[in-house]
Amino acid sequence: MTGTWAAVLATAAGCYGLKLAGLTIPRRVLDRPVVRRFAELVPVALLAALTAVQTVGSGQSLSIDPARLAGLSAAVIALLVRAPFLAVIVAAAGTAAALRALGVA
Amino acid sequence: MRNRAEGQAERAGGDQERAGGEAKRAGRQQERAGRALSRPARDGLLLGLAVGTSGLAFGAAAASDGLSTAQACALSLLAYTGASQFALAGAVAGGGLVAGTAGAVLLGSRNALYGLRLAGLLRVRGPGRLLAAHGITDESTALALAQPDAAAARSGFRATFAALYVTWNLATLAGAVGAGRLGSAQSFGLDVVGPAAFLALIWPRLRAGRAERGVGLLGATIAVAATPFLPSGVPVILAAMAALAGALAVPRAAPR
Repeated sequence: MTGTWAAVLATAAGCYGLKLAGLTIPRRVLDRPVVRRFAELVPVALLAALTAVQTVGSGQSLSIDPARLAGLSAAVIALLVRAPFLAVIVAAAGTAAALRALGVA
Repeated sequence: MRNRAEGQAERAGGDQERAGGEAKRAGRQQERAGRALSRPARDGLLLGLAVGTSGLAFGAAAASDGLSTAQACALSLLAYTGASQFALAGAVAGGGLVAGTAGAVLLGSRNALYGLRLAGLLRVRGPGRLLAAHGITDESTALALAQPDAAAARSGFRATFAALYVTWNLATLAGAVGAGRLGSAQSFGLDVVGPAAFLALIWPRLRAGRAERGVGLLGATIAVAATPFLPSGVPVILAAMAALAGALAVPRAAPR
């Protein structure tokens, strides 16, 4: 029990420390073009990766969930017709929920 | 395109901005009084509320992995980063606490990378920085970066942080005490909210240039390809290689 608490608190401290470290990086470092370009592209790479993994992954395996895939497709269509953020989210969740409720997927 | 041009202008005007901080603060107060809820704030609140419900899944997983309710809640309150929390809960179930803790902290490194990008955008100092650091997550970063200017980015970041923090923690508590059995978030399609939101928020960046599209596609490919071989969460960190490749490939395109 004590060991688990130590692990919980160490994880919390480590995770917070990493967040703070990124935010506190000296401006000089960010003024280097390659570093700046990297920092700008990191969210694109990681969020694209998250989108993909959360869509076709479940834990450590890849799996196709038709309702989830349809929901994401609805989001893409909404984005292509330039729908606002709210509408994109509602279209995605609504499509997946409707297909599951109907038992189609 | 618009985002990019404004971003450059903002960076160039960094010093003036500091000088004009007073005027800006007054302007922001006016803006706040004028409209009840700005668009980035509204989007952030919605995103936080929807994604925060996945705390139910974490609370339930933590309980079945052998964490007490207090420990599950402490993780959500203090670590506040989903991937690391799931990883530690898994390690508690499987033994190997030291390696499990190290792995969970390593998974938090993507927040450090987000911090790199957010530093120039949020421009927070002192106690404000200590608080803002805690609020860095996939969601708050994505929403902040999707905004057209720094003021909107800050407002979106704050709204996402507030809504997600409260919802995630309440949902963790509910999940840990067994509310997860009442109904499945999946039946409401909430499992699609995360990926749909991330895609929507990077969409303008993907449209902005070929380099961005290439980096996004490469990142997604790396993560999916690595998923069967690496522990959950690591493939997404590996996707940072795509950003590195992009930065090294087109250093000249970097705005000065």
